[in-house]
Amino acid sequence: MTALTQSHSPTRGRIAAFLARAFSRPSFVVGVVILGLSLSLALFPQVFAPYDPLAFDLQAIQQRPSLAHPFGTDNFGRDVLSRVIWAYRVDMQMAFFATIFALLIGITVGAFVGYYGGIADVIFGRCVDAIITFPFLVLVIAIVAVLGPGLVNMYVAITAVNWVYYARLTRAEIMAQKANDYAAAGLVLGYSDRRIIFRHLLPNAISPILVYWMTDMALAILLGSSLGYLGLGAQPPAAEWGVLIAEGRNFLMTAWWMSLMPGIAIVLTGLGFSLVGDALADLLRPKGR
Amino acid sequence: MPSLSYLVARLLQIIPTFLLVMIFIFLLVRLLPGDPAIAMAEAKATDAQLEQIRHNLGLDQPLPVQFLVFVKNTLTGELGRSIMLKAPVTEIILARLPTTIFLALYSVVLAIFLAGPLAFLAASRVNTPVDVAIRGVFQLGLSMPVFYIGLLLLTVLAAQLRWFPVGGYGKTFLANLYHLILPALSVALYTSAIILRNLRASLIEVLDADYVQFARAKGLSPRIIMTRHVLRNALVSTVTLLGLSIGNLMSGTLVTETVFAIPGVGRLMLEAIFARDYPLIQGLTLTFAVLVSVVFLLTDVVQSWLDPRLRQS
Repeated sequence: MTALTQSHSPTRGRIAAFLARAFSRPSFVVGVVILGLSLSLALFPQVFAPYDPLAFDLQAIQQRPSLAHPFGTDNFGRDVLSRVIWAYRVDMQMAFFATIFALLIGITVGAFVGYYGGIADVIFGRCVDAIITFPFLVLVIAIVAVLGPGLVNMYVAITAVNWVYYARLTRAEIMAQKANDYAAAGLVLGYSDRRIIFRHLLPNAISPILVYWMTDMALAILLGSSLGYLGLGAQPPAAEWGVLIAEGRNFLMTAWWMSLMPGIAIVLTGLGFSLVGDALADLLRPKGR
Repeated sequence: MPSLSYLVARLLQIIPTFLLVMIFIFLLVRLLPGDPAIAMAEAKATDAQLEQIRHNLGLDQPLPVQFLVFVKNTLTGELGRSIMLKAPVTEIILARLPTTIFLALYSVVLAIFLAGPLAFLAASRVNTPVDVAIRGVFQLGLSMPVFYIGLLLLTVLAAQLRWFPVGGYGKTFLANLYHLILPALSVALYTSAIILRNLRASLIEVLDADYVQFARAKGLSPRIIMTRHVLRNALVSTVTLLGLSIGNLMSGTLVTETVFAIPGVGRLMLEAIFARDYPLIQGLTLTFAVLVSVVFLLTDVVQSWLDPRLRQS
C-alpha cells in the first residue's frame, strides 16, 4: 500500500506541473474553453437551444438574424441557432467515433509491426504506400459509395482508411523506444512481449499519438461535415453542420445566414481541437530534438 | 540532374504499390455487401437479365480470373462502360480530366503566391504582432472545410459584390482563369494554410543556420544569401510538402467542383456514386490513384534535383 502511494505521488506531481505549464499558455486555455463549451452544447442541447430545432414556424420563414433569432430562420421557419446547437451532438460524436476505432486499431497494428519487424513490417509498409496513394476523401467516399450513405457507414469508411496513419505513427514511435536500454532490460528480465509492448514501450510512445488524435478530431469534423454537405454522411432531417450548410445552399442570395452561420460552429470547434493539440505537441516535444 | 539509375529505381518502386492499389479497387466493388448487378439493373429486371449483366461484367467467373481480366483491361486502358452516361469510362474520364488538372495547378500556384511572401514576412519578424496575425489568420483557414470557404467566397464575391462568376467553365485559357478563380482560391486558401505553417518553420530554421550566418559574416549581399541559400533550402521543404498534400488538393478540388458546379472528375465521382455507376467509380478511383502516384514520383525527382544529399540513399 505504501509502495503504491509512493509510486503515485511523483506521477501526480508531474501531471500537476504539466497542467500548470499548459494552462499558462493562452492558446491552450482558449482551446480548452472552446472544447468545454462544445462538449456542454453536445451533451445538453435542450438547455442551450432557445427553440425546438425541428418546429416549423410558417410565420417566420427566412428571417434575417435578429435578437429573437440570432442566426436567423430557415426556409421552414426553424431557428438556425437551435439547429446549430443540436448539431453539436452529431458533430462532436463524429469527432469521436470517426477517430477512436482508427486509434485503437492503428496502435495495435503499429505496435505489433514496430516491435516484431520482419515480413509483417514489409507488408505493412506496402499497404501504407498503397493507401496513401489515394486522396483521403476519394477513398472514403468510394467506400461510402459501396456501403451506402449514412453516419455509421461513414465511420466505417473513415476508420478503414484512417487507422493507417495511426499505425504508421505508432510503428515509428515503438521502433524508436525499442532501441532504448529499458526495453532490452525487459527482455533480459524475461518479460513477455505483450508486457514489454503494452506496459513499457507504449506508455512512452503514446504522447505524440494522442496529440495527433487531437488534431485528427478536428480533421474528422471537417471531413464529416464535408461528407454531410455532399450528401454522403449524416442524412437530413438530422441536424449536422454540413447538412445544414447544404440545406441553405440554394438560398445563398436570399438567406445567406442559413449556410454561413453553421460554418461558424465548424470553424470554432476545429480551432478548439487544433489549439489544444498544438499546445500539447509543443509541451510534450522532447527538448533538443 | 538525378541519375538515370535513380529514376529507374524509383519507377520500379511504383509497381508493388500499384498492384496493391489494383487489388484494393478490385475488391472494393466485388467483396463488399451488395450485388453490383442488382444495383445496376432496372428495378423490375428478371433473373435472366441479372444473369446477363453478371455475365457481361464477368462476375460469373472465379475471383482470380476476374482479377487478371481486370488487370489486363486496366493496363490497356479498357475500363468498361459507364452505366449512367452510356459511354466508355476511359473516354469520359479523359474528357473531364483537363478541367480538374487545370483547377489543381491553378490552386497550387495561387497557394504558393499566397503562402510564400507571407511566410517570409512572418519568419523575418518572429513573434511580432505581424507574425502572430499571419499565423492566426491561417490557423483559422486550417479549421475551415474547403466547401465552406467556397460558399463564403461565392456568397460575398460572386453573389453580393458580383465581382466574379458564380460558376461554370470558360472556353479559352484566360476565360478559364477568370471563371475558375473562386474555386481555385477556395482550395488555395486551405492549401496555403498548410504550406505557410511549414514554410515559416523551415525559413526560421534556415535563417538561423550556421551556413547562413557564415555567409553573412563573409559579407555576401543579403540578396545572394536569400536566393542561393535560404530560398533553395526552403524550396526543398515546400516541394515535399506540396507533393505530399496532393491528396488534400485532389480532395479539395472534388469538393469545390461540387460547390461551383465545375464539370471535372471530382464532381463526376459524386454523380457516379449517387447513380451507383460502379465501372465509373472504379475508373475514377484508379485515376485519382494514378494522379497521386505520378505527383509523388515528380516530387521525389524534383527533390533529388534540389537536394543532392537525397540522391545517395
